[in-house]
Amino acid sequence: MTTRAVGLKAEGIGKAFGSFRALDNISLDIAPGEFLTLLGPSGSGKTTFLMILAGFEKPTVGRLTSEETDITTRSAEARSFGMVFQGYALFPHMSVEQNVAFPLQVRGVPREEIAKRVDAMIARVGLVGHEKKRPAKLSGGQQQRVALARALIFEPPVLLLDEPFSALDKHLRGRMQDEVKRLHGEFGTTFVFVTHDQSEALSLSSRVAIFNHGELLQIATPQAIYERPESRFVAEFLGEINLLPIERVGHCAAGTSGLFEGHAIKAPSQDHAAATGTLAIRPEHMSVCATRRGDHNGVAACVTGTTYLGAAMRLALATSGGTRLSVTLPMEAAAAALSKGPDLWVTWPADKGFLLPEPH
Amino acid sequence: MRLRTPQLTQILFTAPLPVLLLLVYVIPFLGIARWSVTMPTLGLGQYEKLVGDPLVLSVLVRTVRICATVTALSVAAAYAIAYVWVRGTRWQQRVAELCILVPFWISVLTRAFGWLALLSNRGLINTWLQAAGLIDSPLSMVRNEASVVAGMTHVLIPFAVFPLASAMRAVDERVLLAARGLGASRLRIFWSVFLPMTAPGVIGAALIVFVFTLGFFVTPAILGGGRSIMMAELVYLRMFQSPDWGLGAAVSVMLVVVVMGLMAALFRFARPALMGSAR
Repeated sequence: MTTRAVGLKAEGIGKAFGSFRALDNISLDIAPGEFLTLLGPSGSGKTTFLMILAGFEKPTVGRLTSEETDITTRSAEARSFGMVFQGYALFPHMSVEQNVAFPLQVRGVPREEIAKRVDAMIARVGLVGHEKKRPAKLSGGQQQRVALARALIFEPPVLLLDEPFSALDKHLRGRMQDEVKRLHGEFGTTFVFVTHDQSEALSLSSRVAIFNHGELLQIATPQAIYERPESRFVAEFLGEINLLPIERVGHCAAGTSGLFEGHAIKAPSQDHAAATGTLAIRPEHMSVCATRRGDHNGVAACVTGTTYLGAAMRLALATSGGTRLSVTLPMEAAAAALSKGPDLWVTWPADKGFLLPEPH
Repeated sequence: MRLRTPQLTQILFTAPLPVLLLLVYVIPFLGIARWSVTMPTLGLGQYEKLVGDPLVLSVLVRTVRICATVTALSVAAAYAIAYVWVRGTRWQQRVAELCILVPFWISVLTRAFGWLALLSNRGLINTWLQAAGLIDSPLSMVRNEASVVAGMTHVLIPFAVFPLASAMRAVDERVLLAARGLGASRLRIFWSVFLPMTAPGVIGAALIVFVFTLGFFVTPAILGGGRSIMMAELVYLRMFQSPDWGLGAAVSVMLVVVVMGLMAALFRFARPALMGSAR
């Protein structure tokens, strides 16, 4: 069972509800077979964009095309993209098999073929033995599997998922994430996934699109978006990050450099015109030691607190200028650093820091 | 056992209703039940008549036939009104609300006479048709079962709307969106998803209407004109026109037993739907 995945192209999509602008000039390409995650806080417009992709909402302006065909005004039922809703939206009056069979019945598939495909699909999502049960008799994880089976059985060219794991506990969520990733690999369908959970977005996707206040801020691979965010919002939304105000920014052949509270700081070569800026470094890219290392950037700081994270320890530090820093270290490294006293050097390789672009 | 004060207040606050029902309903009804086995002589003779007397039997058959027709028509019409009320545009919802509420402000008696004014030989329809030269002599539209059915359906539609609307409100919008996203047409969504999901509401509405119809008196008496007699009217006739109190009492007892049975079914099967929990 392989599906021909299609790509989608959004051009200048905007959506207004009365005077409220839910989406503003969204343009992006979704490649056939990719796993794109729309990530953002609630109210960022990510779900509205998904509903426009599905055909449940019409954009106020802009065009949506699929393989050179304009589908902006095509109805949801004509698009026939699979969709998994928040809360699953299973048919409560139908058994598991009837739920899964529904899209095939609607398409007039012959009865024997439906039975065969439903059996195969139920086996693939691990629901054998639950065929005759009503959704209300199933656990959250099992309902999720029914929703996935129902959305995938008609081999849709695109599968849309709206925060499908938000109702599951952490353990089950991890297992369902693996399941969805496996199904994506097996079916090869284009997946567009909406979430507000950044770790989910980073671990599942081939690309992540970050939304805020109805705007698309950045679209890139998880690694690029985590390590090279293009704005302060993206940097902070994807997890903890240290932000250092930098003065006297200068450029030379070896890279970009500047001053942080009097310390000379180096960073990879960047296109940055302003004289001041903000240097961003993830907590796990920093380390702490008693003396400064010559080849690393270094800042003197004093430990103000520790947080036990299980596998690691997070140190909170403050520089003499009052800038707060956060460093995540393996347990042993943290213990070793703390034994050397509260006054330490926070160091990081020059290529792990980067200057955030100035806001417009 | 000592009662705590909150329990005592609860009992005091809820007691008036059961006490009132006991005094004005249960005790008098027991009296009627006694008449049914003592008048004119002690025994079950009146109940034998219920199943043996062809006149009583024909009234029983007619009652069930009228009640079933009225129930089917009322529920079908109420389904459409409830659908518009719950799922229509804001403007449609306001109109539906008026259609549901206005009838409650007009008495059943007035509405029955309204139908008479419309349908009788010298009523509006016949006058118009004659004035237009379409008919020579008036059409006979009252004093038959059809006019009784029309009048009763008119009264009962609003009562069927509430359980149906309640069942429709419980339908999760996302389930309908999901059906659309899976490729189903509007008609398909209605037949395969919306109607089955609201079926408990249909059963509840049908039971409520049916129970009401069994006891209808004023509307059939006026629009039936003594020709389409139903059970409740039979009780009246037996008790007040021919002094056959025993048979009237037996018919009453039978009606109450049937209604109680239907109410038990209502609470058993349709309660989850009426309370809005999806099963």
